[in-house]
Amino acid sequence: MKELVIISGKGGSGKTTVSASFASLAKNSVISDCDVDAPNMHILMKPEKTLTHDFHSGLLAEIDQDKCTSCGLCYEYCRFDAIDKSTDKSGKTIYRIDELKCEGCSLCDYVCQANAIKLSTPKRGVWMESDTKYGPMIHALLDAGGENSGKLVSLVKSKARVKARDDNADVLLVDGPPGVGCPVIASISGADLLLVVTEPTQSGKHDMERVIHLADSFKMRVAVCINKWDINPEVSAEIDRVAKENGAMSVGRIRYDRSVPRILSEGKIIVEQDGEVSSDIKQVWRDVSRTLKS
Amino acid sequence: MKIAFPTAGDNLNSVIEGVFGRAKSFLIFDTETKEIKIIDNTANLSAAHGVGIKSAETVSKAGIDVMVCMNCGPKAQDVLESADVKIIVTDESTISKAIEKHNLNKV
Amino acid sequence: MLIAIASGKGGTGKTTVACNLARIAKTPVTLLDCDVEEPNDAFFIGGDLIDQTDVSIETPSVNDQLCTKCGVCSDFCKYNAIITLPKKVIVYDEMCHSCGGWIVCPHDAITTNPKKLGEISIFRNGETTLVQGQLKIGNVMSPQLISSVKKHISVNGLNIIDAPPGNTCPAIEAVDGVDYVVLVTEPTPFGLHDLKLSVALLERRALRFGVMINRSDIGDDGVEKFCDAKGIPILARIPNDMRIARAYSMGDTVVQSIPEYADLFRQLMSRIEGNA
Repeated sequence: MKELVIISGKGGSGKTTVSASFASLAKNSVISDCDVDAPNMHILMKPEKTLTHDFHSGLLAEIDQDKCTSCGLCYEYCRFDAIDKSTDKSGKTIYRIDELKCEGCSLCDYVCQANAIKLSTPKRGVWMESDTKYGPMIHALLDAGGENSGKLVSLVKSKARVKARDDNADVLLVDGPPGVGCPVIASISGADLLLVVTEPTQSGKHDMERVIHLADSFKMRVAVCINKWDINPEVSAEIDRVAKENGAMSVGRIRYDRSVPRILSEGKIIVEQDGEVSSDIKQVWRDVSRTLKS
Repeated sequence: MKIAFPTAGDNLNSVIEGVFGRAKSFLIFDTETKEIKIIDNTANLSAAHGVGIKSAETVSKAGIDVMVCMNCGPKAQDVLESADVKIIVTDESTISKAIEKHNLNKV
Repeated sequence: MLIAIASGKGGTGKTTVACNLARIAKTPVTLLDCDVEEPNDAFFIGGDLIDQTDVSIETPSVNDQLCTKCGVCSDFCKYNAIITLPKKVIVYDEMCHSCGGWIVCPHDAITTNPKKLGEISIFRNGETTLVQGQLKIGNVMSPQLISSVKKHISVNGLNIIDAPPGNTCPAIEAVDGVDYVVLVTEPTPFGLHDLKLSVALLERRALRFGVMINRSDIGDDGVEKFCDAKGIPILARIPNDMRIARAYSMGDTVVQSIPEYADLFRQLMSRIEGNA
């Protein structure tokens, strides 16, 4: 079983569009959407028979107002600006924890003299196992404002790996998140090949470099594919050059086609349509799967 | 020699857990006494970050000499090495197969 | 005035909008690039680098002489950043959230060291000041760097925050406390799905916001219908124009080169001022 992770550095480069096409082309695969903050694969994969599980993580502090003596120590010590201070009608100072800012470090509990801090492990989102036309899919969704440590991503990946092993899948396809933070680190961990989908812009080039730098620190094999390359052939050439300088291999280019967003809007997968963009993606898949097997 | 294996099982035929830091427990096999000890690791699994590091800390405290695992992140490796634990990376799926493959049954 | 340009989905055009607004603004503008994992505004604003500083967070440093390997610090740390072994204590800076937990040491054996989180670079181009945060690769604490970037919010003129994509900690840190948020989206099922998540978040944070639809003629009417049903103002629609795509790919703004877009962005700015 080989694991392919598709990332971009820059958001909106076309990761999910490419991942969905790969899911359609790959025989015997398991699919996993690791963009748990803003997942989009399900829109094209159309999952069914979904089993949903709650995801709990970290700690959340809460101040028990009955026990609180308003000493203000928690407010003084909290380094995440997660304690709000206000005054009530009687003039008493009220301290309240901002749920979205609390990092769960529990320092407030440590300094509190009145035992007024309650710590709990809140639900942060859900993870799901579904069936799709293209194979089993493991995906997730974080609640708005949920901490995005990468833990949910790691969970999705480990469930997907187990599924792939149990089903004797040939490929585990992972649609990754944008950026270079924890969720991306969690999504690339253990991959056999990283595919960076980028766009022919200065921003795309810059973000690709940062994501290759991240991949280097994990000693991963990196391949680069330029989406909508003909919007700017000069920058595309620059990107190929930079990719090569950074030890990444180019696995082809996908041309710009105005009709792509409309096809996606209809919930259709590009490689299942006719046309040149479809052929371009199929060629990239051929290169990628060959590299994956080697 | 005390050898540790990340696993959810409790005997030498148990499957070695693929992701070191997410192991539910560690099975410690003493090659001299042939005794088996299980160290529970579930307390560490709920962490958002650094499960590998914490798991390495927990198992190192048990005084092991060798850790056999399928992969081990750089930080977890660092912790084990700092505790003078030798790391053996294996492809074998079960503990007994790994012991045989890597000739670990010697005192 | 302080506004933020945000989006659940990446690649919808936040930076395009933020930079073009900065260019047509009449007052002095401070543009704050809070997409610290992948900052891009500098390509579009240019100008001279007038300042660059490192931003650090405090991380623990253990005094071996005083340390008894009691392990209280390791038991307390929620991020597994400090590990106690029989013979030594190891600190993993990259895991550290700088929570201040080092005070739990019963032997006063822990002091702190600054650890570089990232950099803030300040560029000036005419009346536009760009404050850019860039996170050092491998670091986890985006929100703290974003908070440092926001310390450069000016009391004069217009402040525009270019927020990171998504709806979790970094995005929340970027948009908190602003007068108005412009949510940039695209008229596709991907855009709509992520827009709904962003709307839920902004409602929870009690922030005022409106929606801008980019590449408005490429997809479907899902986003329009959603905004209509929820009474969310649509502040502007930018059509899918290859000229914009090309300008963006070169790192250029369109308001200088194409007069009709100068008008469009001026109108967007008026609508933001009107709705804020």
